[in-house]
Amino acid sequence: MAQTLAQKVWERHVVHRAEGEPDLLYVDLHLVHEVTSPQAFDGLRVHGRAVRRPDLTVATMDHNVPTTDGPVTDRISATQMDALSRNAADFGITLFPMGAPGQGIVHVIGPEQGYTQPGMVIVCGDSHTSTHGAFGALAFGIGTSEVEHVLATQTLPQQPANTMAVNIEGDLPAGCSAKDIILAVINTIGTGGGVGHVIEYRGSAIRALSMEGRMTVCNMSIEGGARAGLVAPDETTFAYVEGRPHAPRGGDWERALEEWRTLPTDDSAVFDTEVDIDAAALRPFVSWGTNPAQSVTIDDVVPDPESFVDAGRREAAHRALTYMDLAPGTPIRDVRPDTIFIGSCTNSRMEDLRVAAEVVAGRRVAQGLRALVVPGSFAVKMQAEKEGLDRIFSDAGFEWRGAGCSMCLGMNPDTLNPGDRCASTSNRNFEGRQGRGGRTHLVSPAVAAATAIAGHFTTPGDLPAKEA
Amino acid sequence: MEPITVIEGTALPVDRSDVDTDQIIPSEYLKRIERTGFGPFLFGEWREDPNFIINDPRYAGASVLIAGANFGCGSSREHAPWAIEDAGFRVVIAPSFADIFRNNCTKVGVLPVELPAESVRALMDAALDDPETRIVVDLPNRRVTAPGLEESFPIDDYTAWRLVEGLDDIGLTLRQEKKITSYEATREAWLPTA
Ligand code: SF4
Repeated sequence: MAQTLAQKVWERHVVHRAEGEPDLLYVDLHLVHEVTSPQAFDGLRVHGRAVRRPDLTVATMDHNVPTTDGPVTDRISATQMDALSRNAADFGITLFPMGAPGQGIVHVIGPEQGYTQPGMVIVCGDSHTSTHGAFGALAFGIGTSEVEHVLATQTLPQQPANTMAVNIEGDLPAGCSAKDIILAVINTIGTGGGVGHVIEYRGSAIRALSMEGRMTVCNMSIEGGARAGLVAPDETTFAYVEGRPHAPRGGDWERALEEWRTLPTDDSAVFDTEVDIDAAALRPFVSWGTNPAQSVTIDDVVPDPESFVDAGRREAAHRALTYMDLAPGTPIRDVRPDTIFIGSCTNSRMEDLRVAAEVVAGRRVAQGLRALVVPGSFAVKMQAEKEGLDRIFSDAGFEWRGAGCSMCLGMNPDTLNPGDRCASTSNRNFEGRQGRGGRTHLVSPAVAAATAIAGHFTTPGDLPAKEA
Repeated sequence: MEPITVIEGTALPVDRSDVDTDQIIPSEYLKRIERTGFGPFLFGEWREDPNFIINDPRYAGASVLIAGANFGCGSSREHAPWAIEDAGFRVVIAPSFADIFRNNCTKVGVLPVELPAESVRALMDAALDDPETRIVVDLPNRRVTAPGLEESFPIDDYTAWRLVEGLDDIGLTLRQEKKITSYEATREAWLPTA
């Protein structure tokens, strides 16, 4: 029977199947971070269980780490990080601790180190695990009980998922990026539109994206409610993986390629749901509310909640505008953030930093704005510094930081203060996500960088020309 | 995990849709390395508003949480169902749930009950009108009963059985240990290792 990419990966990982039970899937790679794992390791200890495959388990610290030099001053954060160090040592797991080469946001280092490869099943106690789907891997976010389950058994029982094709055809206009694609997708399907589904992103606009762009798209699958999101592996994928530290080599590389080429969805396969998006019609998106579907294009105005037909959405829009302190009808370009955050597992890779650096080079951050650039990993930081991007950002007035989740969530010292308004390249604009009372607008790196210069939402194309 | 069979009690109506796990338990409270003690931080930011319903003493002791659609969206943090359970709830009723949250609930011993939007609305209104409204959730018979309402709810047989028996997933999976070992023997040698 004709199969989709997701179905092929699934079928190749079934360890046990029985009528009336969820399939038991084998997990090829289990990524672990400090926040969602301590209780799982404790569970193992209580039951006297070992980690079945420490060799398929990789741990890093990202959520709590400060991104400035110096010790961890938050005692509870330090406890959580110490717990991971101890657990990794006790159970024989490879750990990339704070400050070590290889450390970084869990979803940035997996691909970068070559752990993430096509056709794998990858899990992590983190909902943005879908990022790894960019390689044609089936990658799920799981809870802590499931983390314990995978540690103990290297498998995971999974209820069947539906398949959804999101077809994005056409050429992306200049100034639009992968981030705008995924914000448009979420705006179209809604925050719950993908529930119960695994999304496959397809179409010429997706094939034209780099791996980094595809990771940005897959990263936010969860914001559309999907269990996972993936892209068929192709030459772009193989070129990215080849030569990375954990990629197959020599004859193994040839065998792997042969296998990976069998993964793309069969022509006659049928998806349970299909959604079409015209890439050529896209514009840069800016979120105005407190969930990632509440967004408009940069050319629009803040919507009037009364314009929503659905009562629930109307009510949610009213609450969101109160929280965001925005008036209906305000042009998005008139909204003035006081903070700029370029970072997170959505947009903290080299391509993102290069785009932003190009915009800010030779310009200055607007008066009174606080602007942060936080590379996704130690390796990204090193590479960016090699290319001189750190100087470009610093000269423009950005703070150049160490690797971590940073201002994506309020668990480490980089947080918004109540009432702060942030243009952020991260993935969640929930109330208080970046710090209590903070207001988040989700944007692409290009828009974040241009906004930093202008002091209000804008695109690089709309900035006054640089002085020669 | 505590087995769940029939839960009877009053309900806390949280009349909002798309309640994300950052609202259920804000990230600043995720630093604890224990599984318990998250209850006081449930709806951490909202509860600072004295008018937020969780602060209404008439709803103290509720064991059923009622909420709007797409409850539990966002982060995979199991701290969300831990906080719900720690605050005394055994059942969450909503028109729909986010996948990871729903799944996490069933690992923790909190029953996610999906009912049609109109029925959730009716229960929500009943609980808002009268905090004493009693709701009975019968898992073995998959039925919710409240004054003027009787409705069945869907749940797959396997999950229902696990919850009724209070079974630990890992124990169940380890019964397949032989199959795991033989699957491992078939894995390609080039797959990455740490
Ligand atoms: S960067 Fe943000 S979304 Fe990504 S793993 Fe870290 S906290 Fe989660």
